[in-house]
Amino acid sequence: MDLEYKIIVGLEIHVQLATKTKMFCGCELKFGQPPNTRVCPVCLGLPGSLPVMNKAAVESAILTGLALNCTISRKTKWDRKSYYYPDLPKNYQISQYDLPLAEHGFIEIPLEDGSTKQIRIRRAHLEEDAGKNTHTLGNFTAVDLNRAGTPLLEIVTEPDMNSPTEVRLLAQELQRIVRYLGVSEADMQKGHMRFEPNVNLHITRNGQVFKTPITEVKNLNSFRALERSIAYEVNRQLDEFLTTGKTMQVGNKSTYGWDDVNQITVLQREKEEAHDYRYFPDPDLVPVVISDDWLDRIASRMGELPLAMQKRFVSEYELSDYDAQVLTAEKATAVFFDAAVRCGAEPKRVCNLLTQTGLKLANEHQTTVDALGISPIQAASLARMVEAGDVSATSGAVIFEAMMQSDDDPKQIAEQRNLLQKSDTGQIETLVEQVIGENPKAVSDAKTNPKKAKKAMGFLMGQVIQKSKGQANPKIVAEVLNRKLMK
Amino acid sequence: MSELLTALELRDAIAAKTLSSTEAVRDCLGRIEKYDPELGAYLLTFTEKAMQDAETVDRKIAAGQPVGPLAGVPIAVKDNLCTTFGTTTCGSKILERFAAPFNAHVIERLLAADAVIIGKTNLDEFAMGSSTENSALRKTVNPWDASRVPGGSSGGSAAAVAAGLCAAALGSDTGGSIRQPASFCGVTGLKPTYGRVSRYGLVAYGSSLDQIGPLTRNAADAALLMNIIAGHDPRDSTSVSDVMAKKPDYLAELNQPINALKIAVVPELIAGAEPRIRTAIENALKVYQSLGAERVEITMPHFDYAIAAYYVIATAEASSNLARFDGVHYGHRSAEAGNYIEVYSKSRDEAFGPEVKRRIMLGTFALSSGYYDAYYLKALKVRNLIRQDFVKAFEKADCLMLPVSPTTAFKIGEKTDDPLQMYLADVYTIAVNLAGLPGLSVPCGFDEENLPIGLQIITDAFTEDKLLRIGQMYQNATDWHKQRPEL
Repeated sequence: MDLEYKIIVGLEIHVQLATKTKMFCGCELKFGQPPNTRVCPVCLGLPGSLPVMNKAAVESAILTGLALNCTISRKTKWDRKSYYYPDLPKNYQISQYDLPLAEHGFIEIPLEDGSTKQIRIRRAHLEEDAGKNTHTLGNFTAVDLNRAGTPLLEIVTEPDMNSPTEVRLLAQELQRIVRYLGVSEADMQKGHMRFEPNVNLHITRNGQVFKTPITEVKNLNSFRALERSIAYEVNRQLDEFLTTGKTMQVGNKSTYGWDDVNQITVLQREKEEAHDYRYFPDPDLVPVVISDDWLDRIASRMGELPLAMQKRFVSEYELSDYDAQVLTAEKATAVFFDAAVRCGAEPKRVCNLLTQTGLKLANEHQTTVDALGISPIQAASLARMVEAGDVSATSGAVIFEAMMQSDDDPKQIAEQRNLLQKSDTGQIETLVEQVIGENPKAVSDAKTNPKKAKKAMGFLMGQVIQKSKGQANPKIVAEVLNRKLMK
Repeated sequence: MSELLTALELRDAIAAKTLSSTEAVRDCLGRIEKYDPELGAYLLTFTEKAMQDAETVDRKIAAGQPVGPLAGVPIAVKDNLCTTFGTTTCGSKILERFAAPFNAHVIERLLAADAVIIGKTNLDEFAMGSSTENSALRKTVNPWDASRVPGGSSGGSAAAVAAGLCAAALGSDTGGSIRQPASFCGVTGLKPTYGRVSRYGLVAYGSSLDQIGPLTRNAADAALLMNIIAGHDPRDSTSVSDVMAKKPDYLAELNQPINALKIAVVPELIAGAEPRIRTAIENALKVYQSLGAERVEITMPHFDYAIAAYYVIATAEASSNLARFDGVHYGHRSAEAGNYIEVYSKSRDEAFGPEVKRRIMLGTFALSSGYYDAYYLKALKVRNLIRQDFVKAFEKADCLMLPVSPTTAFKIGEKTDDPLQMYLADVYTIAVNLAGLPGLSVPCGFDEENLPIGLQIITDAFTEDKLLRIGQMYQNATDWHKQRPEL
């Protein structure tokens, strides 16, 4: 049987914005607090309380919309979305229905082969998060409303992704973008990003195309779960189609959950319930008008986006795509790197210092490269020294770490620690001649025995460097040794 | 006898030490004890707290310390205004034991003005009604005739003012709930412009229509209370800023008549009222004409649609506003509930009265998908047309005058079986709420059964100062507002 299929995935992403306070009240946003301690009459939905819009959240949402190449609505409003659930204290959620803050954009994602792909963004709107129900009290459910009222940006893509990997890459790129913008910590462990993919297959069998029923996988909060749940759904839908022949119809979209222990999707709702959220404009809030001036001020905060930076590092600095990606994973690293290169250092040398030493140190100290106490100027000088052969790469790492406690120039540090390499040919020649005289067997192997030549050369080099107390520049030693042995 | 004094007179007497606040409050509490068992104006009185507050004011005055503009004056507040002392029941079983953790904005203002809050007055459940018969907690009768309703929903406040059980009171008006009971009880009632008084701490019924306002002995007392409660509050996003509409001193020019006052009347509207009411309105117009006013006849082509639009918009908002009363977080919870859905359905079924249920169902229906455009959206269009009618009216005149109600106070039980008849009682008041305008009800005569009749005066948005001056012109020329019921 001739059968081909294409995976179709669209994604809804909830991003928690890192504002100081909640979306519609003054409660401080803080994770991991005792239940119901970060609440006030407004986010508890007490009678008589009224919401007041958090302007900073709107600005973060607009900034993200701009970064996603969206059109920003110049006039928007707040709507009430009604449904009853114990973690939703008002039994309606303040959201945006027909006038989202941003729409019709796209995100460019880097693929694994080094190329990129554009995924269209349908819309992005702001809303308030609900609280959390926990089921730890036997017959009762406990409700914690600390999270209630937290600003969430809901981003909806078009169904433009065609593999589980693409979906993961989109999610990761979005994480990188919101972190660059500083609008979200996007910490997966804290639930700052939650994903809901919509998956189906377009199966071509004997020239005829069949579309499998769409399934939505709810509430995924890791890249792994996102990728694996889609991969699982693909197989499940294919099997189901081959067994039942069921195809997509109006109303037969079903909802699945992800069982992380068994690594399977689990059916939650067979048919999409005819949800009627009874949206209507929230009369407690006034419409939001976004002036040119306000929009310009927000746009001016944008800065260079990660993928653009990554591409620039490849084109301008001739780094490999891999290096550029490692450097741009975090904005702090990328900006530090860029600054050091602009101080006049060779990009690859700075890259090596940062990726091999800087990131390791940052990780050990649980901070970012720019917060290690080392200035880009220091890093650039060090990179120049390594490039010039004044210090070895190994010593470079030692000096890098030493710079964390010292404002001294790396050259001074190298001198203090005796790490400067000797490149004085005359001195090295004397040492080479000594070693040649002391090791006739190795010299003869190096000259005449092709099988052992390489090993003998290595031995002789080691001897010279040892005699120099590790300070001879290996490059020069090799040169001199070669020249002498050729005679 | 302090109950004969207006709030302004009482304040001045207390400040001049001719009468102590303690005496005034004791008088007031004594009258409540004597008359309220039959009248039923109060759901709760703060006997001890009121006496303490009065003593505090007296001590301050004796010590020559500065006191607020309402120092020592006993004020009643409608029980849908949140107070940190006592309960805030909204006349509903669902909130029968609810204690609010914060004070409404207007309560804060009253306390800051050194007013003595003497108790909380009865109302139709969640302010839904025109007779106070929908209170689930108490029956209130009209002080002029105990077989009749006091009007509603601020019936308790109106009855308390009329019977001298407080110097003045606050109510709320969504479709006539201040003006109509003021008219039925022969007191002065002002519904301010939407946005003039903060709704923070007013338990919402129809959020886009609700306004808090005073019920008083006369226009001067209404001006005094407006000086205290009006003004911007950042906690209510719909509260008007000082830049948009600066709050005037409502007392400053109160006694200055409006020169060449132009009064618009709609003959068909006056014709719709009972004969004795028509006569009283015509007589009131003659009084104004004798004061130099000019009568201009206009039409209000969309006035007839106000009730229909109102009962869609108000109930839609109510269905959403009242969703939070679900038995989960506070308020009545059914003892019979076996699961969370039953916590909602049984708690709400047990604790909401029939009128509240009716309006929630109406509103839910109006917002449901498939009906939204036909009902809610259409109602919003009607609302805009009504606004336009008023805009045109105020191009031709300073104010519009019409009856407050087509009838005087009706018999208890007369309309309870016919909700539609009850709704039609609001025919003259509702348009003002839809247009967000200020409306004043002043006593203008009595019918053959000695029941008070009210004249309604409407002016343009944020011109309460002018509106009160127009009312004051009338009250300086007549003494209808000085008539008191025999208890």
